[in-house]
Amino acid sequence: MNVLFDNWDTYWEGFLGTLKLTGVSAALALVLGVLVAACRVSPVAPMRMFGAVWVNVLRNTPLTLLFFAVVLGLPRFGIVLPFFVFAVLALGCYTSAFICEAVRAGINTVPTGQGEAARSLGMTFGQTLGLIVLPQAFRSVIPPIGSTLIALAKNSAIAGSFSVVELLGTYRTLSELGFNIVWTFVWIAVGYLIITLSISAVFAYLEKHWEVAR
Amino acid sequence: MTDAPTAPTPPGPGPATGRPLVVLQGVNKHYGSLHVLRDIDLTVDEREVVVLIGPSGSGKSTLCRTINRLETIESGSITLDGQPLPEEGKALARLRAEVGMVFQSFNLFAHKTVLDNVTLAPIKVRKRGKAEAEKRARELLDRVGLADQANKFPAQLSGGQQQRVAIARSLAMDPKLMLFDEPTSALDPEMINEVLEVMRSLAAEGMTMIVVTHEMGFARSAANRVVFMADGQIVESRPPAEFFDSPQSARARDFLSKILHH
Ligand SMILES: Nc1ncnc2c1ncn2[C@@H]1O[C@H](COP(=O)(O)OP(=O)(O)O)[C@@H](O)[C@H]1O
Ligand SMILES: [Mg+2]
Repeated sequence: MNVLFDNWDTYWEGFLGTLKLTGVSAALALVLGVLVAACRVSPVAPMRMFGAVWVNVLRNTPLTLLFFAVVLGLPRFGIVLPFFVFAVLALGCYTSAFICEAVRAGINTVPTGQGEAARSLGMTFGQTLGLIVLPQAFRSVIPPIGSTLIALAKNSAIAGSFSVVELLGTYRTLSELGFNIVWTFVWIAVGYLIITLSISAVFAYLEKHWEVAR
Repeated sequence: MTDAPTAPTPPGPGPATGRPLVVLQGVNKHYGSLHVLRDIDLTVDEREVVVLIGPSGSGKSTLCRTINRLETIESGSITLDGQPLPEEGKALARLRAEVGMVFQSFNLFAHKTVLDNVTLAPIKVRKRGKAEAEKRARELLDRVGLADQANKFPAQLSGGQQQRVAIARSLAMDPKLMLFDEPTSALDPEMINEVLEVMRSLAAEGMTMIVVTHEMGFARSAANRVVFMADGQIVESRPPAEFFDSPQSARARDFLSKILHH
């Protein structure tokens, strides 16, 4: 207990850091993921190509390498941003590839006739996707998106090695101060569990809610 | 109007105007090595009702779907009201709004009520007001005999009812042309007539229609012309009485003997 209460501020700061990283990256990943999924099912071949490249490059690159690419690469093009923003870019883009594939799998569960009927009524591609296909895909993509965001919360720990304040990184401060390393990690793990179990709970609720709503 | 599906059979189609609405010229399409449409020439006049028949796999659905560009073609041209079909995009969407399509599997929007199915495209595509769209939708649902089902979801309706909603949904866009791809093939026998009656009344009112169907009674009584397809080609194109009473090609005779003798 002592480790936690003696260093409450450090832990709290790290916890908030992880929470913020996860939240902002998740928002970016969800927006990008849906947009890239739209590209992947678009009638325009170059858009489909872009979507496929985006997903395959990001999904198959180790996340740490991606962090290096963003943190070391972007400044070479004169793009200098706070480390937090770099971290959000790396995490958000990486996770968007997984969100995209979850959304695309959901889109594929909707019978093609739904989209054909919408298009034959004169709806544009965007209307067809937004009004007809995605709402019907929504329920089936809730569980995989939940898993993806849990993975994101854990992946955010990598940002600690890139000067971003987050939960895992607090162990360095604490071990320098000579605190028991086992308890230090136990409380870090508890912090992650609080975040990941909350995500699970939210998604379990969403899944249930959308099930009852038909 | 409420009981359109059970009303006595309206008279046959009116005379076509002789003004071409849909013109296909030299249309070809392949699926891989399969040549599904071979040099198709077909003109459908305003107010004309054309029934497309032919053996399974002869390309009827594909032909029907090229007309609103759900399927693209490789060569030849298709014009609607004098305009060539546009490339994918806003212009194509506008054109599709003018062409109703009724599918074998109904394809009602599963997450929307019957009323929302009928009002959605008028509101989102035609930008009509909600109240106006709903008023019109209720009239159309009344016309197909389903005024009392407006708040149900598609899954709560029988196949015949779903197909009548699908027709109402198309009509809500005030289309110039209606395409029907085997609209009664997925229905239990007792529901076929309620759908055919709606289609007959549309034909009698002068809607231009292209109908893929195996319902020979409908073809005889409601069509101006029967187009017989086999292996991706149009083999015969004649008034129904002539076609059924004295088919000219061996393919058509063979096909008719198969479907009429049981
Ligand atoms: N999307 C597709 N991909 C490959 N082959 C197809 C596709 N759609 C139809 N076909 C083939 O094209 C031929 C014509 O199909 P279709 O137009 O559906 O015939 P019909 O409606 O007269 O039964 C069939 O042999 C069918 O198997
Ligand atoms: Mg067919």
